[in-house]
Parts: sequence; structure tokens; C-alpha cells
Amino acid sequence: MDVFATALPALAEAWALILQPVVLGYLILGVVMGLAVGVFPGLGGIAGLSLLLPFMFGMEPVLGLALMIGMVAVVPTSDTFSSVLMGIPGSSASQATVLDGFPLAKKGQAARALSAAFTSSLFGGLVGALFLTLFILVARPIVLAFGLPEMLMMTVLGLSMVAVLAGRVALKGLAAAGLGLLLGTIGEADAGGSLRMATYDIPYLTDGLDLVIVGLGIFAIPEIIGLLRQDRAIAKDATLGAGWGDGVRDWVANKWLSVRCSLIGVLVGIIPGLGGSVVDWIAYGHAVQTTKDKSQFGKGEIRGVIGPESSNNAKEGGGLVPTLLFGIPGSGSMAIFIGAIALLGSGDIEVGPAMLRDNLNITYSIVWLLALANVVGTVLCIAASGGIAKLTTIRFTYLAPFLFMLISFAAFQSGQNFEDLLALVAIGLIGIFLRRFDWSRPAFLIGFVLSNPVEKFSNQAFQIASFRFRQSFGEGIEYLFSPIVIVLLIVTVVSVVMGIRQAKSIRVEGDVQSGSKRAPMVFLFVVTAYTVCALINANMIPDYNLTDKIVPLLVGGITLLCCLILTVQMILRPETDALFADKEAFGEDADAPYGLWPTLAWFGGFIAATWVLGFILALAAFLVTFLRVRAQSSWPRTLILTAGGIALMCVMAGALNRDFPPGLLQSAIDLPWPLN
Amino acid sequence: MTIKHIARTAAALALLTTPAVAEVDFSGKTIEWVIPFSETGGSAKWANFFAPLLSQELPGQPTVVVKYMPGAGSTKGANWFQEQDHKDGTLLFGTSGSTQFPYLLGDPRVRYEYTEWVPVMASGTGGVAYLNAEDGARFDGSANNLKDVDFIYGSQGATRLDLVPLLAWQMLGMKVEPVFGIKGRGDGRLMFERGEATIDYQTSSAYLGASADLVASGKAVAMMTWGALDEYGTIVRDPTFPDLPTFKEVCEATEGCETSGEAWDAWKAFFVSGFPVQKIAFLPAGTPDEVTETYTKAFEAVRSRPDFAEIAEQEVGKYDMFLGFAAKRATIAGTTVSAEAKAYVLQWLKDAYGVTSLE
Repeated sequence: MDVFATALPALAEAWALILQPVVLGYLILGVVMGLAVGVFPGLGGIAGLSLLLPFMFGMEPVLGLALMIGMVAVVPTSDTFSSVLMGIPGSSASQATVLDGFPLAKKGQAARALSAAFTSSLFGGLVGALFLTLFILVARPIVLAFGLPEMLMMTVLGLSMVAVLAGRVALKGLAAAGLGLLLGTIGEADAGGSLRMATYDIPYLTDGLDLVIVGLGIFAIPEIIGLLRQDRAIAKDATLGAGWGDGVRDWVANKWLSVRCSLIGVLVGIIPGLGGSVVDWIAYGHAVQTTKDKSQFGKGEIRGVIGPESSNNAKEGGGLVPTLLFGIPGSGSMAIFIGAIALLGSGDIEVGPAMLRDNLNITYSIVWLLALANVVGTVLCIAASGGIAKLTTIRFTYLAPFLFMLISFAAFQSGQNFEDLLALVAIGLIGIFLRRFDWSRPAFLIGFVLSNPVEKFSNQAFQIASFRFRQSFGEGIEYLFSPIVIVLLIVTVVSVVMGIRQAKSIRVEGDVQSGSKRAPMVFLFVVTAYTVCALINANMIPDYNLTDKIVPLLVGGITLLCCLILTVQMILRPETDALFADKEAFGEDADAPYGLWPTLAWFGGFIAATWVLGFILALAAFLVTFLRVRAQSSWPRTLILTAGGIALMCVMAGALNRDFPPGLLQSAIDLPWPLN
Repeated sequence: MTIKHIARTAAALALLTTPAVAEVDFSGKTIEWVIPFSETGGSAKWANFFAPLLSQELPGQPTVVVKYMPGAGSTKGANWFQEQDHKDGTLLFGTSGSTQFPYLLGDPRVRYEYTEWVPVMASGTGGVAYLNAEDGARFDGSANNLKDVDFIYGSQGATRLDLVPLLAWQMLGMKVEPVFGIKGRGDGRLMFERGEATIDYQTSSAYLGASADLVASGKAVAMMTWGALDEYGTIVRDPTFPDLPTFKEVCEATEGCETSGEAWDAWKAFFVSGFPVQKIAFLPAGTPDEVTETYTKAFEAVRSRPDFAEIAEQEVGKYDMFLGFAAKRATIAGTTVSAEAKAYVLQWLKDAYGVTSLE
């Protein structure tokens, strides 16, 4: 009862702090700014928050918090727009939304998908806040109970979702996940600093590939190219079939799924170090496993949108626990948030263990500001969704060049290297072929996302476990097999067994017909060759850095085994087998009026022009040529659209204080902004 | 008169007038403060703290924006800065110990040269090491009773700032096994709180923010600070923690640990670069004196704000900010090690952790 005696007055104080017109005004301002930043893929809360940082200095704490929280809270809401409408994962938290949200948009049900997603987000945010209000007082020991073995098991649970999303041929899904894991190990190892598939001569590779780029390359580029080849609108018959009211009704029909996924979101969110990358996949897996008729997943199942969207906003609430209680940021934006809080007011609010004791009212203000921001953001988003959904009825040829523009800009922001653009093209190619040959792209992405945590947690847990075993056998066992680990182990096994049984009916790539043997075999051969190279490369790492080679060797070995079995199967089976799925053989892609390579060449040409002319000049040339030649647009229209696109880029870069990729021209002569 | 002619005249006029304007004025300009780290690290916090203050004090009140250029453990940004020439004084660059250590250790990625840059401000921090309660009970101001205890420590990597604590514990004869690959000292503290790690260290502000609570509640025992430098370059007690002994004191009290000789010199060299001179703000090579002077004055004005001590406590603690000549001297101290000290540390890194990529 002690707990309540302190909590209730603090809660009342918090509400008194929040419910002032000026605080609400700042909150709405933050929400609007967050929405403006969040609709652009790849930018997200980090860019927005660092934009606000200079203003935080000495600001009234509640006002500053309202502004920042307004912005952070709505990013996972507003990034749904690009996931659903364009198939571009707006951030790591909405990758799973793409799987069913985008097919819904293709069916002309974008408004329905969006409003179902927003309602779920809203609900998830509220559940998160409610849960935290009680939980934050007792959270400390629970967070501390999650040691390295527990985190490793959570990561393994995330990986087990591969079983659900593996596609028709389980081995292909497994190999795709293995390839993702292998690509995730590229660069300097965390533990010993050895290089994997990288060299100091190409500094870009030593940092490894960025999640933003891999997400865009694997999901966005194949979809954009695919749609562009067909020269029609995203929504198949260019009409909107269902309105936003349907989405809200969908949510009501699935409210219990939403409750469960919200709780999953909060619980995973409170564990520091896991972050948001697994949450949406676990929620998606849960949505699949609890649905009776699984045949619609990957083709536009509304439950596949409601699940992940309920969890990703709830996760933001959960993520506040490690941030506020331990001063340990759960994500990049939370790290800036901590830094910014120190600048607020007289600097006496300090995030960390003292927060609950000294500033419980501020803590509660943060929790409920977050909930309130969710409400405001959702209302704005739902109001906008009907209008924005109309984008899916525009002829895609008019959208595509601007999407290329946006994803190139977003990719460049991740590391500000020209290599970011090259990596985007390279990963895009992998994505195109994974899609073409029906290798599960979600499985690949899960592998990539979890590569680093798997390696880190298994190495560290192993090291500490062997330390404990040296003290006594019992201590080691006790450390490794805590009750939490055992529970997670059971959940994982159940989810794998159920997943394998169900995987065959879940077509994450839609229905893909089989074609001839040659093309799928060439792709398999390339994957096998890369795996062999990665294995040889990992094996060259000296043994005293065993921590740096063990995971690549193990993962590479399993991937190679999958590839070899697939090779044997391919040789033995007839070419009508599901193994030889090839989108270029039958269906939409095969019948498309434009070929794959000429379409890709437009994007490649744009990147090449950027290398020579710099981003803005190349963009102008690209937009004009594309709109004139490919879209057959009139001159006035071409010029207006081009000017609009360049203006948008300049406003964004100017406001967020970002650079554009420079080209050879810029290194030869000095040009004024934005050409430099 | 052709256009070319006009342009030439204008250029000539501009050249003539520039030296005449002795007063540097940044009215309407934007100053970019580039840091080679992401938005989330300590250097971002540092630069963002100073940026608005600097903006108020520079002539013409320019906007000061912080730009992030992370990559390759900060060597990417530093290599970029090496290529920049002085233009109009609107470029500032901030480095930290993570930029200094690769430079000192001869990392193959380093293509920058500290001696060519113009330092305007340097600031530092301190660090505190602490033990878990059980082993801490055996700590008596020396490490004599700790030599047979196996410790575990969550570390970011032996070639980073963690080099300083790891080498210190080794010199004390303690057996500390580092678990590599954590992402920040906050993760290290969490590992300690979970009981997985049994020894930890934090920089001063992080220690005050979280670890001091652990010590106060008896869950941890403070062991020592790394100390601070006085004006003669001698290690003295850390002004933020005057009650805690320094590593130097603990070393003197511990059998087999010496505060002279090559190990000590090596430790001290890296300590100076990692703590008292941890973060430095530079102007590019070739910056004229009047621009440097303008920045020095602005930072001086920041430092003499009546409320500076209070607002800076979180960011820079009770540590000196070095400006002007002092910044130059501090930079030299923080970016040079003797060949012997370097050789000693490289050998130790190779023997203890198998690090060979630095040769």
C-alpha cells in the first residue's frame, strides 16, 4: 500500500502539470512536427529530436518534454503511411506491417488498412501507458532479471519467427535467414574487432550495413521496380474499395488480438538492449498463430496489420522503463531524449535510478504525455488517411521517381557516404531476386536484424557462463537455465513446431508459379558461392579471436548445408516443383509491359548521375528525363513536378540540417547550397 | 568592360578588403560544429551543450548547428576534417578520446594529423572504479587482498577508453576478465547491477547519475578514481570526488605496483588522453589567428557566465576547461605518447587480448 500512497499524489500532480493549455499546445506542436518527419521513410525520431535539441536548453521542463514526447510518440504511428501505401518500411518498428498492409493497399483498401493500423497504434499506446503507470514502480527487479541468457533467448524467439515466415519451401526460408545473418556479420566484430568480409581499404564496410538501407533495399526497391514495370496505380483498378470506417470496425472485431500484442509490445520494450526490432515480428508471428484461416497472410490479412501496429506503439511506452529507471536508452531516439532532459530547465532532472524517487511526478507526466500524444497523433492520422490513401490511385509512374528520390535521400542520411547509395542498389538487387525466386524476404530481414544481438548475447553469455562453471557446476546451470529462460525456451519450441506446420499456407510473397530450372539454380549458385566465401573468410580469423568467428562459421555452415540440399533437390525434381518458383515465368511480372533491367536502369542511372553531378543536379536531370520519356508527361507538368520534388528535398534538408550526396563535380568546383 | 573583368575586379577588391576587417563577424552565418559520432553519444551531448552558449557569445550571434558524421570509430569524420581548409571560420570539429586513441595507437584507418589542427577548447572528465559488495569488503585502500579474486568486467573493447581501467587493474595485479562487445558504459553498469559483472567503472557524470546510488545503498564499493591533473601535470585527487583515493595512491599501497617506470608512463599517457583532455574542439589547419582568438574569447565568455558552474555540472563536471594557450598545451599532452609507452601498450594489447591489427 506504500506504493500507492506515493504514486497517487504524484499521478495527480502529473495530470495537473499536463493539463495546461500551453503544455497541450506544445504537445500538439511536437506531434505535428513528428508527423511531418515520420511520414518520410528512414528519418524517424532521431532526426526530429536532434532538430529540437538546440531549443531545449533552459526550457521549462514540462514544455520541453511535451514537445519532445509529442515528436517521438507519433513516429511509429506516422511511419505506417509509407509501410502501407508504398511498401517501404518506415522504420524498423513497422517492417512487419508491410507484409499485409501493402497488399491491402494494392487491393484498393489502403484507407481501411491505415485506419485499422492507427486505431491499433492508439490502443497500443494507451495500454502501454496504463500498464506502465502501475508497473514502473515495481519494474526494477524485473528488468534486472533479464540477464544475457534471457536476452539471448528473447532473440532466439525472434529468430524462431523465421519458421512461420519461411514460405512454401522451408529450406529456402532458412537459407534466406542464414544469408541475412551472414550479411549482418559484415564488418568489424564487436567482441575482438576482427574484420568479416571487409577490409580497412573500404572503410564503409568495416561499420557493417545499416538497417535502414537493408530495409529499404529488401522491401522498397523490389516493390517500386515491380509496380513501375506494370505502369498502373498501386490499387489494382485505381479505386478505393473500403473507407476508414471499415478499418476501425476491423479493429473492434480483433480487439483481443490488439490487447495481447500491446502487452507483448510493452514487455519486450522494457528489456534494454533488444529494442524495437523484434517486437513487430513477434507480434506478427502471434497474429498468424492465433488466426484460424491463415491463407490470407501475405495477401492482405487485416490481422497482420493490427498485430504489429498494436505492439510497436506499446513498445515505446515499455522502452521508457530502461530509459527512465536506469538511464539506459532503449533506442537511438531515447538516447537523445536522455541527453535533452539534462538540458531542460536548470538541469536538475536526471534520468536514472533517482528519477522515481525524486521526480515521480515528472515520470508520470512523461508516461501520460506519451499516451496523450498517441491520441492526438492518431486522430490527425485517421483524419488524413482517407485523403492520403488516394495516392494509391495515381498512376505509379508519376510516384516512382519521387520514391527513388526519397529512398536515396533516406539511405544517404544513414551514413552520409556515397557508398550508402551503392549499398542500397546492391541490397535492392538481392531483394529483387529474393522476391523473384520466392525466397522469404521477411526471413532474410529477421536474420539481418537479429544477427548482431545473437552474436553479442551468445558470446557474452557463453563467457560469463564459463566463468560461473569454473566456480561451480551448479552456479553455471543456475545462470543459464533460469525460470525465464526455460519459459522462453518452451515458447520458442512451441512457436517453431506450430510455425513449421503453418508455414506452407502463409505465402509472404503471394502465389508464385514455377518456371524453368535455369534461373533459380543460378541464383542458388550465387548464394552458395557467397556463403562459401564468407565461410573461408571467417575461418581465416585467428583462433584467439574465436568469439569473432564462431557465429559466422556456424551460421555459414547451416546456410551452406541448406544450399547443398536445395541443389540436390533442384537436380532431382521436375521443373514444375515449388522449388523453382520464378515470378518472371508467369503472372504479373512476366506480363508486365516493361522489363526488369530497363526499369532498374533508371534507378541505376540516377545513382550514377549523382556520383558525377551531385544529388540535386542529378535529381533535376533524372526527374525531367523520367517524366518526359517514361511517363510521357507534357513539358509544363514535367517542370512543375520536378520543381516540386527538388523544393521538397531542399526544404527537408534545410529544416533538418542535412547534406546531399556530393558528386565529382562538387569536388572539382565549389557550388552554392543546395548544389554543393 | 566584360563580365570576366568585373568578376576579376570584384575578386581583387575582396582580397584587398579581407585583411582590413580585423574584427571577425559571423552575422547571418551558420557555424557547423561537426562531431565524428552519432546523435546518441557523449560527444553529441557535449557539443549540443556548448552550441547554444557559443552562439550567444560569438560576434554576430551566428547559428551554431551540430552535425554528426559517425563511422569507423570516429576515424571517418576525423579523416574528413583533415581534408578541410580554412574558409571563413564557420567550421568547428570536436574529437574525443575515441578519436585520440586510434591516433596514438597507430590504427591503420587513421589518416589525420592532430598537430596540424588548431585547438580552441579542451575539456575533460574523470572516472571512478567500483567493486561489488562482496569483493569490495576486502578492499582496504590497496589491491593486496583482491589479487586472488576473479573479476568480470563488461567492456567496449581493449583499444578504446577501456584501455585505461584494464591496464590499471592489471598493474594492480588483479585478475579482471573483460566481456567485450557492449555498446556503452551504461550497458556495463547494467551488467554489474545484474550481478553478471563484478567490477565496473563510469565517467564522473555517469557515476554521479547512477552508480553513486549503488554505492550509497551498499550494493557496490567505490574503489578509486583515475585522478585529475594539476597545473604541473601531476596526478592529484579528483575535485569531484575528493574523498576517494586515486589509482596512484592505490598503486603505491599495493605490492608490486609501481608509480614509475614504463608501465606507469604508458598508463599515464593514455589516461591523460582519455580523461583530463578527453574532448577537444578544433578549427581546421590554416585558420588565421584572429579567428582562433575570436573563438577563444567566445568560449571564455561562456566560461565566465555567472551560472556556468551550475549548468555545466552535468556536462563537464568540476573539471577545467582549457582555452587558448592552455588548450594548445592540453592538446599536445592528450595527443602525444612516447615511443616507449606506445610500444609497451601495443605489446600488452597483443599479449593480453591478441590485438594485432594496430601494427
